[in-house]
Formats: sequence, structure tokens, C-alpha cells
Amino acid sequence: MAKIAYQKLTDHSSFFWGLLGFHLLVIAAGLGAALYMEHHGHVVTGMSNQIVWGAPHVFAVFLIVAASGALNVASFSSVFNKLAYKPYARLSGVLAIALLMGGLAILVLDLGRPDRLIVAMTIYNFRSIFAWNIYLYVGFIAVVGLYLYVMMDRRVSRSETPTRIVGGFAFFWRFALTTGTGSIFGFLIARDAYSSAIMAVLFIAASFLYGLAFTVLVLLTMSRETRHELISEDMLGKFRGLFILFALAVLYITAVFHLTKLYAPDYREVETFLLRDGGIYTLAFWVGQIGIGLLLPLAILVFRGSGRHAWHAVAIAAPLFLIGGVAQMYFTIIGGQAYPLRLFPGMQVSSSFHDGVIAQYWPSLPEVLLGVSGVSLAMLLTGVALKVLPFLPRPASV
Amino acid sequence: MTGNRPVDEGRRGFLMSSVAVAATLLAPGVTLYAMGGDAAAAATAPASAKVRWGLLIDAAQCKDGCAACIDACSSAHGWQSAGHPETDAQWVRKITATDPKTGAGFSAPVMCQHCANAPCVDVCPTGASFKRADGIVLVDRHICIGCRYCMMACPYKARSFVHEPVADQKPDAPRGKGTVEGCTLCASRIDAGGVPHCVEACKTAGHGAILFGDLNDPSSDIVKRIATYRSTRIRADLGCDAAVYYTNI
Repeated sequence: MAKIAYQKLTDHSSFFWGLLGFHLLVIAAGLGAALYMEHHGHVVTGMSNQIVWGAPHVFAVFLIVAASGALNVASFSSVFNKLAYKPYARLSGVLAIALLMGGLAILVLDLGRPDRLIVAMTIYNFRSIFAWNIYLYVGFIAVVGLYLYVMMDRRVSRSETPTRIVGGFAFFWRFALTTGTGSIFGFLIARDAYSSAIMAVLFIAASFLYGLAFTVLVLLTMSRETRHELISEDMLGKFRGLFILFALAVLYITAVFHLTKLYAPDYREVETFLLRDGGIYTLAFWVGQIGIGLLLPLAILVFRGSGRHAWHAVAIAAPLFLIGGVAQMYFTIIGGQAYPLRLFPGMQVSSSFHDGVIAQYWPSLPEVLLGVSGVSLAMLLTGVALKVLPFLPRPASV
Repeated sequence: MTGNRPVDEGRRGFLMSSVAVAATLLAPGVTLYAMGGDAAAAATAPASAKVRWGLLIDAAQCKDGCAACIDACSSAHGWQSAGHPETDAQWVRKITATDPKTGAGFSAPVMCQHCANAPCVDVCPTGASFKRADGIVLVDRHICIGCRYCMMACPYKARSFVHEPVADQKPDAPRGKGTVEGCTLCASRIDAGGVPHCVEACKTAGHGAILFGDLNDPSSDIVKRIATYRSTRIRADLGCDAAVYYTNI
């Protein structure tokens, strides 16, 4: 196979600078929002003692899940030896790190005491999946960083062995990371909407889909910037196939998850709320995640995804999958908390502490800004990385 | 000859200072010993695993409209309404439950259940949520980072996040914006040989619906009552092994 050429971003369009400036502005707004929340306390957010995790967590978990999935393309090339994906392996790695950093930044800035980050980094309770995740997240950045090094260093990359070994390790690590993220919810015995081992599997399937959507979107945007078709027609077909496969996997696991819960009388009440009577959460699920986020892009890819429409189909499907991802996290994280804890199953309960009632939540501007700024941070980091080092492929015809 | 030796003022000063320092260090111990060494030792000794503190709440004795336990807890620990019901902390609240089919129901206070297998302790990344040897579950406000994972994990909705700046804090109940808090079972009172405020207030109000005691002591009133009358624990099915028992619910 011919040697793959790579390129840095050099000649910038006003579009590129505009995009960078936009992300910088959003990040500044996000930082301002975090300071505002830190100063006044979380009383200025929509979060409460009922909805303890809000919009920042929706974006944070979405980005962290997408981060592990963004590594897919690199894994295909070095773990499964699919050489067609190799030109995108570097971008895949750098995007994975950037997305994870975006997600982690949100999580840290939303803490009640972000100034105590050093405590979280130095004192661990190893019975906590959260504590394990701190290792998994930091470790992921280190492992993928090493992976990028062995792929890019001229001397080391002469042999394929280091890439395959480190790539395999990174592949294993990304599974552990997404399992850990899904288990944050899966381990919650108290919450009827979660408490299931399948949460980890669902998150892994979702990570494949959202990670690939981010990768394809960045490639499409950079095709415009570099004025090169970074995705060949052949690769468009491959990405389309993967999208269909991953979307079907998410649909299947989601169906199994809810059907299993619906089958058990004990969980029927919470499922009825989430899937039928939950208002905004029901909408987020059926319209957001299933309709706009899975069925619509699937239909576009299946019926309009080949031939001359392929480019457009993939370009429309990728952002739709991402919108579906945010909807999925909103439905899962907020909807799951909105349903009250059942202290006395089968009884109607009331108290001054909102027991027995569906919790109300409306995200405030600061927390939305903080959440969105995580996406902007990930994109800004990617943009800067692409300028500093040759992560992008240079098509052979150019 | 020695009597004629000039006095070394520096040495004398040093010796006198040493005696003063020693007296200052020893005096409290001697005084405490004189006042009753056992009580003093109990107040400073670490929590013992030989005891497991718990409550038995009799819903039949818990009167409608009475909030004596909640008021006592609130004023003792300094948590009160800031006018934001969604975010205000509540260390203890009264839950009214009704069976929709029969109409029968009850009302009882619910606070941290001080579980032996506490989910909040398991999930806390820094160990800020911890269990003392005597079973009391607490939050170390110095290392709580405010992630609220314990609130996600608690089956009893027993924890509150401090959403806004707090003032008028009580010496035994430090609170802080951005950290999580909940019932401490009045640990400092128990350490001094007392009973929790809610227990005392309920008794003073004439209801005596809350009994406090050592669940490990077969001769304690609480164990005798639990052994005699059928009691239950909230969501016992989850296996958290709560230290708060209820009767007549």
C-alpha cells in the first residue's frame, strides 16, 4: 500500500477563523457561567434536590461517551487491520482526547466545589465507580496520547507492532471507559429508571454511533477547509454502512432495555411515565432520540445514501445522530430523576420535600452555556491540534 | 560555696517557663480526671464498632400536624427555608403515605437511614460520604467536592445539596455552599452521652414516637421493642440494612 500522506491546516479561510472565534466566545461564556454558578451557588441553575444532575451532565456524559467512540476509526485500522481507515486514525485519536476533555471540563466546573478538584485527584474511594472513572478518563488521555505518538513518530511507526499493541490496549481501555460511564447509572439501585447492567452496553453502542458522527462531521468540515475531499466515495460508503449498523444496535439495545423493564410489573409505572406520560421526557425519547436521532437518519442513509446523494446523506445524518445523542442523555439523565423515588412502593406519598411528585426541571441559561461550552472546547482543541500537527490525511490525488 | 554562687537568671527563667508549660499541658487532663474521666474519655474517644446506633419510629404515635422533630433538628443544626422549596435543604421531613386502594395510611418522619450497606458511602469518589464505626453515616465537608452522586444513589432522598450561601451556622453542624449534607443522628450529642434532638423533641411534645438506642445491645429498649413488635425498614428489599426501624406503617 502506498505511504499515506498527512497534512496540517495552513491556509485558513475566514470560515475557519470564524468557527474558531465562535467556539472561543462560547467557551468564554461557559467559563463566565461557571463562575456565576460558583459564586451564587447552584440556586441560579434549574437543578434542585430533586433533579441533582442537569443540563451540564447531559452534555458532559454525551461528550464522554462520544469520546470513546471517536477512537473507533483508529481501532479499525490498527486492531482489525482495516487499512482503508488508517488515514483517519490520527484524527480519530486527537478527536477522542478533545471530546473527553470537553466533557470533563463541564463535569469539573459543575461541581459544588470545583476548587477541590485536587481532592478528587488525590483521595479515592475504590468502591466508587466515579473514582474508577477518574483513573479511566485520565488513563484514556494518556493511552491515546501514546497511541498517537507511536502512529506519528517516524522511527517508531516504521514497525507496525507498536501501533498494534498500543492500539489494542487503547481499544480495551475505551471499552472499560464506556462501561464505567454507563455503570454510573447502572449501579444506581435506588433509581427505577436506571439500575441495569444493560446501561453499560447501551452506552457502548451509543458511543460507536456518536463518536463516528463527530469524526465524520470534522472530516466534512475540514474537507471544506483544506479544499480536499478527505472522504473518498469508497469511504463514504463504509461510513454509511457503519452508521446504519451502529444506529440499529442502539435501537435494538434500547428496545430490549425498555421491554425488559416493561415486562416487570414493578417497573411498569416508571416506564409508563418515561415512554407515555412524561411530557418533555417522552418527547425527548420518541421525537428526539428515536425519531430525529435514529429513524430519520437511518431512512436517509438507507434510501438516499448511495450514488450521488451519498455525501449529502452522510452530512445530514451525522448531525442528526448527535442531536439524538443529546436527546438520549436528556431523557436518560433528567427523565430518570424526574420520576420520584419510591420509598413506599404502591402507596401515594406526599411531603414538603417533593416526595411522590414528578420533579420539574427547566435548565437555566448558565448551565446550558456551561454544557455547550464543553462541545466548543472539544472543537477548539481539535481545530488547534489540526493546525499544530499533521493529523489530517492528504488525499493521494492532490 | 554554692550559696555564694551568683544566680543564673536565664536558667531560672527557663526552668520556671518549663514548669508553667508542663502545668498548662497537664492541667486539663488532671481537671478532666477529677471531673469524671469516663465522660471526658467518651466525648473524645473514637466511635466504637461494638455499638450500632439506630432509631425505632412508631408511626401510630406520630401525630398529624406535629413537626416537633423537624423544628428541633432545623434549629439545632441551622438548616431552614431560604424561600426556595426546590433547593432548600431538609435533613428530616414527614412523609404522609396512603394506600390508594384502601385509603389507609400513615405519617412518619424520614431522615438518613444510616444504612450498614450505604449506597451513598459506596459511590462517593473521595470518601467524603463515610460511615463511622458505630454506624452513623456522615459527610466530611472538608473533602466533599459537591458531585451529588450520593444524592443520585440514596434510595431515601435523605441528602440535600447546599444550593446557596449559608449563614448562622451552628458549632456542631458545619455547613457549606456546594457540599452535600444530611441527618447526622446528632453524632456530637451521642458522643457526649445524649440522644438526638428529634428524639428528645418528640418526647417533650408528649408523643414519644421515636426511640433511640444501640441495636447491638440485646438489653436496650430499642432491641426489646423490635424483638416484640413487628417492625419494618423502608425499602428493606434493597438490602441496605438501614438502622431506622418503623412500626405501624
